Amino acid sequence: MHTAMRAGALALAIALPAAEAVAQQSPTLDAIRARGQVVCGVTTGVAGFSNPDSQGVWRGLDADGCRTVAAAIFGDANRVRFVPTTSQNRFPALQSGEVDLLYRNTTWTLGREAFLGFQFAGINFYDGQAFMVKRALGVTSAKQLDGATVCVQPGTTTELNLADFFRTNRMSFRPVVIESLEEIRAAFISGRCDVYTSDASALASFRFTQGPNAEQYVMLPEIISKEPLGPVVRKGDQRFFDIVRWSLFAQIAAEELGVTSANVDQMLTSQVPDIQRLLGVTGGIGQMMGLDNRWAYNIIKQVGNFGEMWERNITPMGVPRGINALWTQGGLMYAPPIR
Amino acid sequence: MTPPSAEAATLGAAPAIERRPPSFALGPIAWLRANLFSSWLSTAVTLLLAYFLVSWTLSFLNWAVVNAIWDVPGTGQQVDTSACRAARGEGACWALIGEKYRFILFGLYPFDEQWRPALVVVIFVALYVISAMRRFWRKELALIWLAALTAIGVLMWGGVFGLPYVEQERWGGLVITLILATFGIAFAFPLSILVALGRRQTSMPAVKALCVVYIELIRGVPLISLLFMASVMFPLFLPEGMNIDKLLRAQIAIILFAAAYLAEVVRGGLQAIPKGQYEAADALGLTYWQKTGLIILPQALKISIPPLVNTFIGMFKDTSLVLIIGIYDLLNTAKTSIIEPAWQGFGVEAYLFVAAIYFVFCFAMSKYSQDLERELDKGRRR
Repeated sequence: MHTAMRAGALALAIALPAAEAVAQQSPTLDAIRARGQVVCGVTTGVAGFSNPDSQGVWRGLDADGCRTVAAAIFGDANRVRFVPTTSQNRFPALQSGEVDLLYRNTTWTLGREAFLGFQFAGINFYDGQAFMVKRALGVTSAKQLDGATVCVQPGTTTELNLADFFRTNRMSFRPVVIESLEEIRAAFISGRCDVYTSDASALASFRFTQGPNAEQYVMLPEIISKEPLGPVVRKGDQRFFDIVRWSLFAQIAAEELGVTSANVDQMLTSQVPDIQRLLGVTGGIGQMMGLDNRWAYNIIKQVGNFGEMWERNITPMGVPRGINALWTQGGLMYAPPIR
Repeated sequence: MTPPSAEAATLGAAPAIERRPPSFALGPIAWLRANLFSSWLSTAVTLLLAYFLVSWTLSFLNWAVVNAIWDVPGTGQQVDTSACRAARGEGACWALIGEKYRFILFGLYPFDEQWRPALVVVIFVALYVISAMRRFWRKELALIWLAALTAIGVLMWGGVFGLPYVEQERWGGLVITLILATFGIAFAFPLSILVALGRRQTSMPAVKALCVVYIELIRGVPLISLLFMASVMFPLFLPEGMNIDKLLRAQIAIILFAAAYLAEVVRGGLQAIPKGQYEAADALGLTYWQKTGLIILPQALKISIPPLVNTFIGMFKDTSLVLIIGIYDLLNTAKTSIIEPAWQGFGVEAYLFVAAIYFVFCFAMSKYSQDLERELDKGRRR
């Protein structure tokens, strides 16, 4: 008994520093520091998420997400190398280490964590599949769509969700499957199909780009799938995972606390404990992650809080904040305490 | 010598007065009568086609020139494209090209440094022109190429002579298309000749088998699957942290693919050379390489010019398939330029713009090959 306890204590004494060492070790972070850049996998162009503008600068919610990670690690949001990936080569690019993380409006699913060996560090956009019809059709619910002709893009979960929804509700539909976004929208406008189904954000953005004709189109209230989108990292590098996860949470917390890129310098003298901890005035939060204590200050100063990021990238597409609002405003954006 | 008319006069016949044939039997009117209005059926077809031709041309001009919107207020994020949206369907929105042409041509390359890829395009075109002229077909041409390629590398990467370093992920647009096509052809063509020669080696069964397996394997799969292999599978075999450049991987896949096709074209040329040529070369005591280099290949390549150029043109356009592995070639930058909400829906304009660029390059290749064919064929014309 006594010896057993002694052995146990010994094991603990050996294990403790070892555990600490494991927590410190981060091959990804080491590689990033050695390289001087975060290599971030993005899309080859999805409006509002990651898309190069006329000058070749990456814009969008995901592109800014990459910048927050660079701001947290280097204190410089520009130290990002964006690697455009397609939906076919995004996962191999992450697996092989070609990119450090994916910020590529990728849906968080069990399979991708349990089977592919990835870990989702958070959700920066709650999306879901919806239906859009012409107002003239007089439909108010997706349950009334029996026998409808539906425009859908092939090869995505969108197509499967559509079939599931109609089967569940014992309705029939005729799919019009079109690959190109341009064509599918043209087909819907010209009336080749009664219904256009895609993610709610894409539908809202489509409606917005119709200008004065937007009034002709309505989105039906049913959201038939959950598409939580967020950053992905390889499993097994907890330190880097923490940085990605908390960079996003820091932005959400900043919005909740009213800290913006404009007022962050004045907020340094704020007496609110939560703000002091967030901005690294007290608490030494950054050091716990192996970062500078001003990590969140740098993120907010250079990229902004979550609301600012939204205003800049998603609002111009005409997508309402909806469930992506803060939890205090009836949405799902909720950051655990930063302390 | 007496002129025929004098001769006719001595025979007593009145000299024939040279009269112009009736105007409907000669010149453009006759040509029209013979080719377009020879019967009521062909007259009807001509009129119908002329009607469509004129009305389509007019409506295209209306769309592309008369009603087109050439400029919109604002730029970048603050652009206001409502004028374009209002003219949608009636007029082209060339403002898109005005706003995005630098992105379409140079992709993600840093905006302030885009004079570098622009210069590279000029170097490439100059290189094509020089290589196309027969009076430059000398050994020095290899040196010119070497110098030009070095200059291209220095300009694109930078990092020396005070040029900021630009990583390969940021290269894009026309430059990528030209790089992939030029290097693809430059490496695939010699490789294809070797493979074609290898496939005809009856005395070396191992070499022959290798060449056959290579050609059949590569030709048996689509280019897309090769690109996927290069981009998706290959990195997984490498140790973590070791990465071979994505562009290089795609380039190698394109070279291997093109070489397999070209090898069969060259083999076709080799087979067309009469046996006598081989025997005559042997009788002169030439070695295998002398025989091949001096007698066989010059003739074989000459007769395979049309299919060779056919394959080159196909390959030039095939480079656009790299978009599926996330490389921004010319077509992909055009596609990306219309993703921003403000510019959504103006795909036709963007695609017409890149189609014009592709056409210029492909047509130049085709035209040049016709001239070259005529030039090299002088000896055979009787």
